[in-house]
Parts: sequence; C-alpha cells; structure tokens
Amino acid sequence: MPSQVTVMVNGSPVAVPAGATVAAALGSAGQPSRTSVTGEPRGPLCGMGICFECRVTINGTPHRRACQTFCEAGIDVRTEE
Amino acid sequence: MSKVAYDAVIVGCGIVGAACAMEFARRGMRVAAVDREMVGGGATAAGMGHIVAMDDSDAQFTLTRYSQQLWQQLRPELPDDVEYEQCGTVWVAADEEEMNEVRRKHDYYRSRGVPTEVLESRRLKELEPNLRDGFVGGLLVPEDGVLYPPCAARFLIERAQECGAKIKTGVCVTKIEQGHVRLSDGGEIAGGIMVNAAGITAPELTAGIEVKKRKGHLVITDRYPGFLRHQLVELGYLKSAHSVSSDSVAFNVQPRRTGQILIGSSRQYGAESDAVDNVILTRMLQRAQEYMPAIGALSAIRVWTGFRAATPDKLPLIGPVPGDRTRFLAAGHEGLGITTSLGTARILADHIHGRAPEIPIEPYLPSRAAKEFAHA
Repeated sequence: MPSQVTVMVNGSPVAVPAGATVAAALGSAGQPSRTSVTGEPRGPLCGMGICFECRVTINGTPHRRACQTFCEAGIDVRTEE
Repeated sequence: MSKVAYDAVIVGCGIVGAACAMEFARRGMRVAAVDREMVGGGATAAGMGHIVAMDDSDAQFTLTRYSQQLWQQLRPELPDDVEYEQCGTVWVAADEEEMNEVRRKHDYYRSRGVPTEVLESRRLKELEPNLRDGFVGGLLVPEDGVLYPPCAARFLIERAQECGAKIKTGVCVTKIEQGHVRLSDGGEIAGGIMVNAAGITAPELTAGIEVKKRKGHLVITDRYPGFLRHQLVELGYLKSAHSVSSDSVAFNVQPRRTGQILIGSSRQYGAESDAVDNVILTRMLQRAQEYMPAIGALSAIRVWTGFRAATPDKLPLIGPVPGDRTRFLAAGHEGLGITTSLGTARILADHIHGRAPEIPIEPYLPSRAAKEFAHA
C-alpha cells in the first residue's frame, strides 16, 4: 500500500497520506467545500457526518460528505456546485 | 387597535387573507388583519406554491386561470425572495388512456386561451431526461409557475401596510360577531365587515360551513441544479385528488430556484396528527421513484406535513355568509390557495363594492351549500 495517494481537487493534484479523508485533502488544498445559497464559503464543521457542511461532488456525484469519504488515487473532487 | 373602527377586519394572514388585505387596502378601505400565528404560516407555509391553471371543473379553471393572470400582472413587483419561476407544468401520461386525457386537456385549455403543447414520448424525455423510459407522452402548460408562498404572503401584507392596513399577529380571534371580532387577549376589533380567511380553522368561527382538514406530506432535497426543469404531475393526480375516502399519493415534483426538488404529494382525510406518517411517506416516495428512478439517489434534507382546507365540491367559499350582510368567507381553498388567493380577493372586493367581478362569483358563493346552513 503506497504511503501517499494523489487526488484531484478542482482539477489540481493534491497528495495526502493514504487513509486520509477527502475533508483532509480539502484542508491540504486550502479549499472550502462548498458555497451556501447566499454565497458564503462552507467547510467541514463536525467532522463526523452530521452537519453536511462538507458536501462536495466526487466523480460526478453531488453532495458526498468529504469527512465520511476516504481518498482513493485519482478521484475527482469538485467544490463548485 | 381595539378602539379604532375599520372598514374590514380580516381573520387570517395566510396567502388568502394577505391577498384580501392588499386588495381591500388598495381600494381605500381601512383594513385590520389578524393571525393567531404569523403572516404566511399554516397551509401557506406547508404547501408547494404552484401558480397553475387547473381544469377539475369549469369553475375551478375559471378561478385558477383568472388568478394566474393576476399573478403574471403582479410579477414585475414581486421581490426576488418570492422566487417566482415560470417553469411550466408537464402532465405525464403513463398509458394510452392517459394520453387521451392529454388530448382532451389540450383542447380544453386551448379553446380557453391557455397555450399548451402535446408532447410525444421522445420530446417528453428530451424535456425531462430523468423521467424513466416508456411514458407515452405528456402535456406541457408553459404559463404555469411556482413561487415561495411565505415570502409571497409577506409581500402582499407589506403592500397592504403601505396602503394603511394594520396587522396583528400572535393573537387568536375567538369569535366573529356583527361589527367586531373578539380576541383571545380579551380585546376586540371593530369593523364594518368581517372576513373569515382562517383556512382549516374557518369552521370554528363560522358555523355551518363544511371545511375539512386534508393532510399532506412534502419532502425537499438538497440542491441538484438541472435535475428537473418543469413541475411534473402524473395524470393520475386527478384520480388521487378526487378520491374523498381513502388515503392517496400522486407523483408531483417541482424545481426550486435553488436547484432543490420539492417532492409530493399525499392526501389523507381524518388524520389529525401533524406527525410524519412513514407508511404514506414511503408510498409517496415510491411513487416518485416509479416516475423518476434517479430521485432515489438524491439526498432529502427535510420532510414535513400540512393541512389543506378542503370543501366537499373542491371549490372555495368566497362571499357573504348566507343571511348575513357583514360577515364574509374566503376559505376552503384546499391545494390551490396560493394560485387562487389573488382571484379570491379581487372578486370578493368587487362583490363587496357592488361591482360586477370579471369572473362570476356565483360558483364560489357559500350559499351554494345553503342546505347545510339551514341545518346548522
């Protein structure tokens, strides 16, 4: 098992330790996870799948919780809605 | 407030009471409107918010179409948060029998000046790619729309206030008597005429009217922009809406401006609790997935219930309480009150001022059910 995996965040590669969550990858990339209806940036808050603030689009599926999803090599993470 | 005499006291600040307040105040009447909770609560807050022409009966069509045109006239004034979207309705036909109904509906609407387009199977799928394959066709009614009802009610009340109307919320009207209403805080408000626009609580204030609670469930999803483009309704909806005895569900979904999808619908008589009923909720969502399988993969963020104010003949009660010159009704709008609020207010104001309304008020007069009043 490689010690690092690389995922794509909004088209840019981000390397994270194997076993990291997508939320951690967002943190490494310095990206908010989404934009609220009123245009405010949102990011991981509870970190345990309850608050839904960390939703992102992963491989085309919208509203995946970044904090509940492990990074796999090459997955495409999008923070734009 | 209690010492001032108003020309009209309106009981209820849901969409119907709000529309009456605006219409009366714009005509120079001194208006007071009271709500036990808030502006735009009750069924107004619980419903979907469609602005639709419906042809359940000629009288229903006349009132809904007239009201829809009044909304279109008001549209340039509506603030952004009312979220008026002319998304159009598509009636979805599952079989040839329903396709015959599409053609009948097309002729009916067209002969009354409402544009419609008959959709063949492939065109339907182009318009709404998330519908399952195999539907026979549908009917597009492009002038239908949706809005966000609580903000629409607030807008109507604000317009009324600009014309001098006084609004009192958080106090309950306990009695509507001649010349005044009595309040739960011990006060009263005097006025020339009283209008009962209290929705499902209207029968508590006017004896002898038949308005029953008809419970509904709704689900709203997270944001999925582009997933759905029109309001979609199954043609079996009318069969469901007509069924007066049993619980029923029908496929009805709406796109909201945020990209959220509002999923309905259910109908239950005799259900008094406002708790979510998981059996009927499951049936409702299964029905939605029979029409749009991809709905099953969406995240729902909230489920709630509400109560429609239903009359036996599916038409609202608009006009004087029989045998009474000062007390009026504007109630019983069931699932169409958002649409028909403006028409209701307009024809009621015309009637009160002795002017001929643009559409006849007779089909909606409470006296059509005069037998019940006689026995009350």
